[in-house]
Amino acid sequence: MLAIARTFTLDGIAARPVRVEVDVHRGLPNFTIVGLPDTAVREARERVRAALVNCGFEFPLRRIVVNLAPASLRKAGPGMDLAIAAALLSASGQLEWEGLARVALAGELALDGSTRPVQGALAMAEAARESGAEAIVLPVENGAEAALGGGIGVIPVEALGQLPALAAGEWEPARPEPMALRLDSPPDAPDLADLRGQPHLRHALEVAAAGGHSILMVGPPGAGKSLAASRLPSILPPLAPGEALEVARIASACGRLGAGMPRGRPFRAPHHTISAAGLIGGGSPPRPGEATLAHRGVLFLDELCEFRRDALEALRAPLETGEVSIARVGGQRLLPCRFMLMAAANPCPCGRGETDPDCSCAPYEVQRYQGKLSGALADRIDILAAVRQPSAAEIGGAPGEPSAAVRERVCAARERQEHRLGSGRCNAEMTPAEARSCVLGEAAAALLADLYARQRLSGRAHDRALRLARTLADLAGLDEIGEEQMAQALQMRRREHG
Amino acid sequence: MAEPRACLECLRRSWLLATLGPYVERIATGEVGSRSPELLRLSNAELVEVAAPKAAAQLLARISSLPEERLNEELLAADCWACCRHGGHYPDSLRDAADAPWALIGRGSPRLLAGLEPFEAVTIVGARRATSYGREVARELGRELAAAGMVVVSGLAFGIDGCAHRGALDAGRTIAVLGCGPDVAYPASHRSLWRQICEVGLVVSELPPGATPWRWTFPARNRIMAALAGMTVVVEAATRSGSLITADLAADLGRDLGAVPGPVTSRASAGPNALLASGAQVIRDAQDVLDAMLGPGRRPINHSGPALDPQPEAVLAAVEAGESTCDAVATATGLAGPAAAAALARLELLGYLSCSSMGTYSRTLLAKSASVAGGRL
Repeated sequence: MLAIARTFTLDGIAARPVRVEVDVHRGLPNFTIVGLPDTAVREARERVRAALVNCGFEFPLRRIVVNLAPASLRKAGPGMDLAIAAALLSASGQLEWEGLARVALAGELALDGSTRPVQGALAMAEAARESGAEAIVLPVENGAEAALGGGIGVIPVEALGQLPALAAGEWEPARPEPMALRLDSPPDAPDLADLRGQPHLRHALEVAAAGGHSILMVGPPGAGKSLAASRLPSILPPLAPGEALEVARIASACGRLGAGMPRGRPFRAPHHTISAAGLIGGGSPPRPGEATLAHRGVLFLDELCEFRRDALEALRAPLETGEVSIARVGGQRLLPCRFMLMAAANPCPCGRGETDPDCSCAPYEVQRYQGKLSGALADRIDILAAVRQPSAAEIGGAPGEPSAAVRERVCAARERQEHRLGSGRCNAEMTPAEARSCVLGEAAAALLADLYARQRLSGRAHDRALRLARTLADLAGLDEIGEEQMAQALQMRRREHG
Repeated sequence: MAEPRACLECLRRSWLLATLGPYVERIATGEVGSRSPELLRLSNAELVEVAAPKAAAQLLARISSLPEERLNEELLAADCWACCRHGGHYPDSLRDAADAPWALIGRGSPRLLAGLEPFEAVTIVGARRATSYGREVARELGRELAAAGMVVVSGLAFGIDGCAHRGALDAGRTIAVLGCGPDVAYPASHRSLWRQICEVGLVVSELPPGATPWRWTFPARNRIMAALAGMTVVVEAATRSGSLITADLAADLGRDLGAVPGPVTSRASAGPNALLASGAQVIRDAQDVLDAMLGPGRRPINHSGPALDPQPEAVLAAVEAGESTCDAVATATGLAGPAAAAALARLELLGYLSCSSMGTYSRTLLAKSASVAGGRL
């Protein structure tokens, strides 16, 4: 007899619908799964067999063929156990469920028949809604997450044994509440008040947060670069509801929503030994990388010069387009990755800086080290902040302005930008045409023209200075970029290597 | 003036030196008597006998059979020309020295070399491992001296040499003296600088096209640098630096010797500070060089930056006091971060400060308008 159930396989952060066809007929007892299953899917045989027996069902001693359609799509992960078990029960006549083909099922099975949570429940719920399913049956742990998608009934189950009651309509579990997105609660990140002294670094962070500008901090070890970086999320504006859903979708696909939605924007700080695939995503089927996990948040690259060159090169195009494109046999996968880039580097390999008489670096070492800054990512970096060791008086001094106050100014500046550029956009994303159409005061224009003429600035550097100045003016609440803002922008801009 | 030409004997000497590269490398040491400038005083036969006694006869025979056409073809193929101590174009400043190179192979404009008087040229040398202070000073000196009509001579090396060339290229003429063939860009990362100098300045060497550098060729080219210019300025050098060899050679030739003072705690300034202690001229800027070479006030460089308001003045004072980051300046002056940033940007635009690619600031040589009269007597 034949039975059909619907389930999903995760591909990148999207769920692709899979039809589970189970045929049970006479012949030598055998259990085969076909349709490009990976090892985890193939092992479903053992899990399903044990779960069936331990829930009091009978495992049919017949020839069982499970086909996962479409056959050309690679299926991965243990999330198809529940659908295979349900279809097998139906095909062997142990489960009377005429609506089986109209619902979607996803869930991993334990040997005792209880369900275990799957990754990507949110994406699966959304895919189920789009494919016209009436409801989605999921492990109870995934209920709140799946309900975020909306527009589809979510049926949480705890064990395989609950299916007959569900099918017969004798049992209806409570509909789960969608997970709270926690938009308004203050971010989890540590407070900027811990950054004492260092007025310029604080200001640079504020400007970076206000305009979405990428920032590079250069300074000796222990000067507070990492401390400053970890405080950046605390001054970023809260996620908009749409953005929060995007973040939730990515977190769900990586199985990170178990403890609920994290507060504030994502902050990712991968180690500098990371591979290109780890940074932008890869594998088959593709898994999101750090860049995607940092979507709508901050990607912090500490020790930028120590990163592998190919990894940094791989980040270039995603930084430009806001999405990672991974080409695989089945076609191209696009993963979103609109993040703020933050990087830190030492001024030379020994970290002391060339002006320090104790610096022991040979000139070619310094040149090669700094060469990494000028290559790869440098084009994408807007703000350069030189950080120095704070004095003892500063470290022991009064705490700085708390994050909440800075965040208020940042939010106000972002509001002005959205008003001008459209919702969700910030100054760092301005096109060259938009940047050049910013209203400049007379003195500010003269200052920029002076620099342009003297230092033979490239067009790109010119636009970068304009974007920075625009953000400074937004922070100051001005419609026109004044001379003061332009001067500050010219100081903050990243220098071209000469 | 006609095309530069070298006699066959002198040309063969260049090719002999290139052939002897590895042999001389073995016998040239830092000891008195076996330094490369001293070895190069020897005649062909003596030199070969000292450097390669076993292969002497063979090497001499091979060199003396080199046909003139082939040498000229090689020069032409490398886009080079040659002049020798017996002909025109060879600068008079080199003629009198006992260890003067027999021939000079050049790439670039020969007019720069012909009739070059010592009082028209300044040699700027210094450490490859230079601090940002040294590099900034070298660049400014190169620029100002070239702008004042002097020819800036240096060695195309990392650090001070490269900065002096770059500064001079901004404003005028420069000569690079190499320890390898003039068509060899060494160090390779200075290839674009080498190309620029070939185009608008001059690259010379006593070695033929294609010759690779050896350890001994650098002291050897230092003697040419020292002899070409009326004054040698050491910007930064550690105590055992090749730049000090150049300084010694210049002093031996009776040329002026100048040194840029630096912090007494800085290893990079130990060399020039020691030179100053033993009587070298104090070089604070290009005007000091011109005064020492041509006489005080003979060629005044008259420019200084515009007057400053009190706030930028205070920021400038903080950078002069050694603060290099915006944070440090803000803390030292008590200004808010944004105000300090704006002041730094304006001072950089006015030319008082320069900013490194790492975002740290240093003072340039540009004089403040108010202090011009009082600063120098």
